[in-house]
Amino acid sequence: MKKTAFEKSIDPASQTLLQKAENEGIETAWDRYEQQLPQCSFGQLGVCCRNCNMGPCRIDPFGEGTEKGVCGATADIIVARNLLRMIAAGAAAHSDHARDAVLTFKKMSEGEAGSYKIKDEAKLFSLASEYGIPAEGKSREEVAVELANAMLLEFGKQNGPVLCTKRAPGVRLRLWSELGIEPRGIDREIVECMHRTHIGVDNNATHILLQGLRTGISDGWGGSMIATDVQDILFGTPEPKKSTVNLGVLSLEKVNLIVHGHEPILSEMIVEAAENPELLELAKEKGASGINVVGICCTGNETLMRHGTPIAGNFLQQELAVITGAVEAMVVDVQCIMPSLGGLTGCYHTKFISTSPKADFPGTVRMEFHEEKAYETAKEIVRAAVENFPNRNREKVSIPEEKQECMAGFSVEAILNALGGSPDPLIEAIAGGAVKGIGAVVGCNNVKVQHNYGHVNLVKELIKNNVLVVTTGCNAIACAEAGLLVPEAAVLAGEGLKGICEALGIPPVLHMGSCVDISRILVLASAIANRMGVDISDLPAAGAAPEWMSEKAVSIGVYVVSSGIYTVLGTIPPVLGSQEVTALLTKGLDSVVGASFAVEPDPFKAAKMMLEHIDKKRKALGLK
Amino acid sequence: MKDVIIRPERCMGCHSCEVACAVAHSKSKNLFLALGEEPAPKKRIYVEYIPALGASMPITCRHCEDAPCVSVCPTKALSRDPVTNTVSHNPERCVDCWTCSTVCTRFSSLYQLILVAGCWTSSMNCNYGVISRQIEAGVRCDLCKGRELPACVEACPTHALVFSEVVGR
Repeated sequence: MKKTAFEKSIDPASQTLLQKAENEGIETAWDRYEQQLPQCSFGQLGVCCRNCNMGPCRIDPFGEGTEKGVCGATADIIVARNLLRMIAAGAAAHSDHARDAVLTFKKMSEGEAGSYKIKDEAKLFSLASEYGIPAEGKSREEVAVELANAMLLEFGKQNGPVLCTKRAPGVRLRLWSELGIEPRGIDREIVECMHRTHIGVDNNATHILLQGLRTGISDGWGGSMIATDVQDILFGTPEPKKSTVNLGVLSLEKVNLIVHGHEPILSEMIVEAAENPELLELAKEKGASGINVVGICCTGNETLMRHGTPIAGNFLQQELAVITGAVEAMVVDVQCIMPSLGGLTGCYHTKFISTSPKADFPGTVRMEFHEEKAYETAKEIVRAAVENFPNRNREKVSIPEEKQECMAGFSVEAILNALGGSPDPLIEAIAGGAVKGIGAVVGCNNVKVQHNYGHVNLVKELIKNNVLVVTTGCNAIACAEAGLLVPEAAVLAGEGLKGICEALGIPPVLHMGSCVDISRILVLASAIANRMGVDISDLPAAGAAPEWMSEKAVSIGVYVVSSGIYTVLGTIPPVLGSQEVTALLTKGLDSVVGASFAVEPDPFKAAKMMLEHIDKKRKALGLK
Repeated sequence: MKDVIIRPERCMGCHSCEVACAVAHSKSKNLFLALGEEPAPKKRIYVEYIPALGASMPITCRHCEDAPCVSVCPTKALSRDPVTNTVSHNPERCVDCWTCSTVCTRFSSLYQLILVAGCWTSSMNCNYGVISRQIEAGVRCDLCKGRELPACVEACPTHALVFSEVVGR
C-alpha cells in the first residue's frame, strides 16, 4: 500500500510538495523506501558480518540454523563489532569536520585565508588559557596559531585524556578513568575501532562496547566540541535572533540559493557574498529582486544561529525544496546529502553544486572550495545561481505558503546570559519544581517514521509537563516548523515552565545549533552539575532521538549515555540480533556509566519514559 | 490456484525468505518482537545449497496436484482444499507418524532438475522433503493464509520467488 502525502509527513508544506512530486512523476526518498520493503532482516538485527572474505556470514535469529560465522563469531560478537564500526564512522564524520574547521582557523591565523577573521576574541583567549597557552605579549594571531596547533594535536595525541573532557564534572572524569574509557586521542580511538573489529581481534561484546563508549566520548567531548569552539571563534558565538523556517521561505521573486550539508566554513562566505552589491546588481539585471540564501540541515542551522538566515527544511525536505522548482542552486558540502539530488535537480533548472574536496555526487557542478580563496569561490557560486535565474520555468514553480517564525541562537553563553550570568536561576527553578527537568531532543529524520511526527509530539509532551527542551539538528528544524521555537509557544508549556519562559522572553524549546553543537548541551549539563556539586547522571535530565538514522547519531547516542544521560531512541538500532548487546545497552550500562538506552517508537510513550526518569532523578536529589 | 513459483536462477542465498516466513508465522508478526517469543517461530521454507549446481535455491511445499502426502496420511490430518487446491494440515488429527514426510517428492520440476544434476543435499537426507522431521508437525507452507502475498515472496529482494497462477498441473 502506497502511503499518502498526509501519512508521509505531518508538515503541510511537505505534504503539498509530496503531492506535487507524485503528480509530476518525481521520485522521492519515500518512494525508494517503499521499493526497499521489506528490508533485510539480517541487517535490521545486525547479525550480518562482512568483515572478512570468508564471509559474508549471517546468524539465524530464530536459532534453527547457523549460530556462528565461519570464524566462530556469534551473534553477540557480530552485533557488537558492527555497532562499534557505526560509532567509529559517526565519530569520524564529526571529528573530520572539526579538523577542517581547525585547519581553516590555522590558515586564517597564518594570514593565508584572508576572507576569515576572528569574530569572537574573548572565546579565543579563554580557550587559549584552557589549552595552557600564555597570551601575554603576543598578538591575537600568534595566540590563534598556537591554539590551532594545540587543537590539531588533540586528533593525533597518543596519550590522553582528550583535553576538553576536563570540562566534565570531576566525578564523571574519574569514572571514565577507572573504567579505562578516558579517550586518548580522537583519531586513535577511531583507528582502534577499526583494528578491534578486524577478523580475529576483539571478540567480547562487553569489551568491544567499552571501546565504543571511549570513541563516543572522544567525539562528544573531543571532535564535536572542538568544531563548536573553533567555529565560534571564526564565525561568532551565536546569540538569540529571529528568523523564519519551512519551505515557504523560498522566494518567488528572488534568486534562491540553498546551502545544505554540515560545515559553516563555505556557507559563511556565501552569506557574505550574497550581499555583494555587484552580485545584487547582476540579480536585478537577470530579473530577480534579490538573492535569497536559505539553509537545509546543519549548514542551515549554522547560518541560522549566527546570521538568522532562514531554513527551508530538515533532512527529508532536501528533495522537496528542489521539487518547488524555485531553487537556482543547491550548494552542498558534506554529510546527509542525498545522492538522489543529482537526478532530481536534472528534472528542474536547479544547479547542483558540490564544494567539498572530499564529497562528490552524481550530476554536480564541482566548484571546489579552498580556504585561500574562500570569498572568491563563494562569489562564483552565488554568480552561478544568479545567472541561472532566467532558466527558471515559471510553470513548474510551486512554493508552499507555510513559513513559521522562530528564535534560535541559544549557545551556552547566550543561555547563561539570559539567566543573568550563572545557571543558578535555572537550578532554582528546577529545585522549586517550576521546571521539572531538562530534555535534550535531537537527531535526524527517518522515512520509517512519519516526517516530524516523532520530533514534534515528543517535544510537545515534554514542555507540557514542564520539561525545558534543548534541541539541535533536524529536531530543532522540526520544532521550528511546528512553531515551538517562539516565545509565544510558552502557552503550550505547563504552568511552571510557561512562567519562566514569559519572565525571560524565551521559547520553551531552545535551539542550540547543529549536530556537532550537541557538545554545547554537554557543556551546559556540566555547568549545571558542577554548580549543584553532582554528576551529570544525577541531573533530572533525559535525552531522545525520535527519528534518528545516521551513524553520527549512533556516536552521539553513545557519548550522551556515557556522559550519564538516559536516552530514548525512536527508531530501532541494528542490535536486537544479540541479546547480550541489547541487554548491555538497555540495562547493563546503567551500572557502568549511570545511564542507558531505551527504544520507543511512540513519541507519547517515549515522553512518559523520559518524565518517569526525570521524576526518579528528582526524588534521588530530594526534590519534590 | 495461485502458488509460490521458484526461479532458482535468481536466488542469491540471502535467507530473507526464511526469516520473513518465520516472522509471518509468529504470534506478533513483528521481527523484533518475534525474537523473544516462546516457542520460537518456525519457518516453512528452506534455502538449500545445491553443490552440483554451485547455487542455492529456496525449497518449500509445492501443494502438489497429486499430493502423495495427502494420500498416505492415515488420519486424514492432511487434506486438499477442493476450492483453493492448497494442501493443509490439521494438527489436531496428526499423530506424528511422519509417513507424509517420507513420500514427499518436494517439488516436481525442481526435483527433476536436482535428480538430473545428480545431487542430493545433506538436509534432504534427514528432511524427507518439505515436511521437516526436525521440527514440530504441521510446520509446512500454508501460502500465508490471510496475506495478499506470502511473506517469503514479499521478502525476496531479487524476485526469485513469485506468487502467480499455476495452470496445467
